[in-house]
Amino acid sequence: MTFSAFPFVQPVHGFVGGILIGLAAAIMLLGAGRIAGVSGITARATGLSRGDTSMTSAWGFLVGLPLGAIIVALALGLAPSEFAPWPVLIVAGLVVGFGTRMGSGCTSGHGVCGLSRLSQRSMLATATFIAAGIATVAVTGAPS
Amino acid sequence: MTLVRTLLPPVISGALFGAGLALSGMTDPARVRGFLDVFGRWDPTLAFVMTGAVVIMAIAWRIQCRMERPVFGEKFSVPDRRDFDGRLIAGSALFGVGWGIAGLCPGPALASLALSPLAVLPFVGAMLAGMAIHNLLPATRPRLAPQEV
Repeated sequence: MTFSAFPFVQPVHGFVGGILIGLAAAIMLLGAGRIAGVSGITARATGLSRGDTSMTSAWGFLVGLPLGAIIVALALGLAPSEFAPWPVLIVAGLVVGFGTRMGSGCTSGHGVCGLSRLSQRSMLATATFIAAGIATVAVTGAPS
Repeated sequence: MTLVRTLLPPVISGALFGAGLALSGMTDPARVRGFLDVFGRWDPTLAFVMTGAVVIMAIAWRIQCRMERPVFGEKFSVPDRRDFDGRLIAGSALFGVGWGIAGLCPGPALASLALSPLAVLPFVGAMLAGMAIHNLLPATRPRLAPQEV
């Protein structure tokens, strides 16, 4: 399915994938009583933050994440994605790591878990990182 | 048995999360940057992803209100802060800049460790370093200072 106005959009894949992500976050919340925020879970797993989530749980999530992705990629025969050159990735990674800790969350914690709870902190955070992302892409150039 | 109860929800959650990211194309940095490219060739796919995820999670929060404890745990532990501070805004702005530069946020980056491990490794390593640097700065840990609690 395509829209002529936005020839790149994949609404069905996006929506179904989003539902899977929502189910994932719901299982984390209702099953383990925790937020499925990837930056927070990563910091917890690596001992960079303390918290109620056990390291066992955090590592369980981090092992499951690439596992689920590779199963879908193999099943659908997805082509590997293109990434930026490594110096660019290092700069971006440093800023993303620092920023998500400072701002207490990323796309999953603030975006998915926070917005769905109508958290005003998460609404502000999400509006901020989307605006900053839009400004950055406007300055650094269109996707190749 | 306890280990199974501890591991089951996060492993299944992580796997579903990764599956959703791969299916929706969010593991492709070009697609994510396409969403942020509103002044160019805008690709709204990420908005569909967020909509699907938020709808399901909104239902989950309603269910959570009626539960006394999680199915496989003793108690709920969810964020309870309501204050706005500069760190929330500055941190989110920094994150957005990195997100825009590379088209990667933590979830897709870690999921890509299985899809394109060598290509994404510099980002993941740097992301962990960025998190560690944040921990090193004493001024960025006000919640640990007793006078500010």
